[in-house]
Amino acid sequence: MREMLYAEALVESLRHQMATDERVHLMGLYFLGLTKHRAIMARLHADYPGRVYHPPIAEVGYVGVAIGAALAGLRPIVDMATASFMFQAFPQIVNEAANIHYMSGGATKVPMVFHFNHGIRGGGAAQHSHSPQAMLWNTPGLEIMAPSTPRDVMGLVNTAAASDNPTAWVDHVRLFDTSGPVPDDKDFSIPFGVADVKRQGGDVTVFASSWMVVRALEAAETLSAEGIQAEVIDPRTLSPLDEETILESVAKTGRLVVVDECHRRCGVAAEITAVVTERAFGDLVAAPIRVTTADVPIPFSPPLEQHVEPTTDKIVAAVRAVTDSAAG
Amino acid sequence: MIPDLPADRLTDYLRRMLVIRRFEEGLIELAGEYAVGHFHVYIGQEATGVPALAQLEPGDVGFTTHRNHGHLLARGTDPAAMFAEILGKETGTNRGKGGTLHIASLENGFPTTSAATGGCTPLATGAAFAFSRLGRDRVSVCLFGDGALEEGTFHESINIAALESLPVIYLCENNSLEALGQKANEYPSSTMAAAPLTDLAAAFKVPTITVDGTDTGAVHDAMATAVGRARGGGGPTFIEALTVRWPGSRPIWPQLLTGPTDLSYAWDPSAIPADYAVWHAEQDGLLRYVRELLSAGVLTPDEALAMDEQVKDRIERGVRFALDSPYPPVASALESVYA
Repeated sequence: MREMLYAEALVESLRHQMATDERVHLMGLYFLGLTKHRAIMARLHADYPGRVYHPPIAEVGYVGVAIGAALAGLRPIVDMATASFMFQAFPQIVNEAANIHYMSGGATKVPMVFHFNHGIRGGGAAQHSHSPQAMLWNTPGLEIMAPSTPRDVMGLVNTAAASDNPTAWVDHVRLFDTSGPVPDDKDFSIPFGVADVKRQGGDVTVFASSWMVVRALEAAETLSAEGIQAEVIDPRTLSPLDEETILESVAKTGRLVVVDECHRRCGVAAEITAVVTERAFGDLVAAPIRVTTADVPIPFSPPLEQHVEPTTDKIVAAVRAVTDSAAG
Repeated sequence: MIPDLPADRLTDYLRRMLVIRRFEEGLIELAGEYAVGHFHVYIGQEATGVPALAQLEPGDVGFTTHRNHGHLLARGTDPAAMFAEILGKETGTNRGKGGTLHIASLENGFPTTSAATGGCTPLATGAAFAFSRLGRDRVSVCLFGDGALEEGTFHESINIAALESLPVIYLCENNSLEALGQKANEYPSSTMAAAPLTDLAAAFKVPTITVDGTDTGAVHDAMATAVGRARGGGGPTFIEALTVRWPGSRPIWPQLLTGPTDLSYAWDPSAIPADYAVWHAEQDGLLRYVRELLSAGVLTPDEALAMDEQVKDRIERGVRFALDSPYPPVASALESVYA
């Protein structure tokens, strides 16, 4: 085990794919956004000049080119920097990549990865702060991974790179400065569809993914001091979704708080709440509570931005509310 | 003109054109009785697709559109499996999951067929990107109508192809309606300020060729030039093939307005009916090619008719195969979402 920054683990995982499979090409350069860590990405570019493509500002073009390249022998990992830019490429991601395997009757494969940094990064305002994972989740044919730790990003990238399906890699710039242990074995992989219990607890189940895992764990510490033990479930992949681990936790706690950075309507939290109420209504002793981004475009002004995002304080308040309500 | 090729290659071109023509005619009849969804036929463009795609080799790929049947057939896709696909049968090229709009055939070099206008341009460019990066001596062909040039994807894609000198050929089959047809609210046609369309490619410093899409030899030569440039590392080419829209493709749903093609129109002008006489006498590339083969002494009328009978028989058997094939088990609707 080694201790690494998330940003370092991300680049090391990309470097490992480059070293092990010549068909892996990087397209788009801003995996680490404009953060201070981007220099380590630049070193990777320098080491593989022929396999790193710096595209024009043309998302639907170069992302579509990556899809076409995946159909003809490459295994591209294509980056769109800020998730909001993905919308320029949506026709190719949603209407081409996601459909191709099915539409061909199972003959044609699309082995590639779409990387983007989602969510509120601070000052991004409405056009650089999107969390489009729910939109992508409404698109059959895409795998969706949303790592939250250095260990998970390495293990999930290994699985994504080996997958013959188009995989959306939902990342968050606020994770880049976090650190944690990673295994020495660079080939270690985390299978898709296996959730991770990031914290054990018997009083309430808190579902969170990506950056929200960090906030949920912070909230759990605060709550622990009050005598409330939260179990934090990180799905790690939305598609496929490990429903069983969530349901097992709810069977134990009877209470559910779902934290997610998507907007509230038809967001990830809506789907998780639906799954649990549909499949485990009898286990619930209180109505689930969603902690999400408000249904407004993201405002610029810092106090306004904090007012609409799912903060640690809001998670703490939701857990208090769900544990106060009903019997138990 | 006829291409500079041995006689057996020349007659092979005709056979492929006839397969397309009889397939599409058969489909229009079939569509009267069975639900096949909104479909588009390639009638009138055979003299473009056949010689163009004959320049490809195994391993080369093509990305086509909603008007894909002719392209798939030109490269040898089984008409029976295509009819089955169009009828949604288990034996179809895509096991009933694609239908007329999405016929794909990996073994014939069509990995996927996008029916979203402009969807094919980045994909074809991307395949060329892969060939280039992997050092493979392969080319990618992007086949589309004039309408696709209205989409932004084309401009973003050809920019990348030009910058990276990718082995891709953009073959635009311009079958746009003249102003009269557009006013008559017939099938939508291109609405583009740029003219000629080759200006769009020239802006990216991509070499362009304009050909008469009903002239088999001219298309053959243009495509041979483009493929040779791509294989030689010379980068992309944009070809505009000018075709006249077949009258039966003017309505929103194809209709066999000109009747089943009678090859004798090629050698007996007196047999040409008054309706659509200009189409038969001057605008149909297939009949033009038959006339050219006859005058070059490559083929006799009897040989042409015999070939046509063979093709018709094959098409009829294909229709029968498709009709007799079972629908896929309904459970398969939930399969093949992921590889």
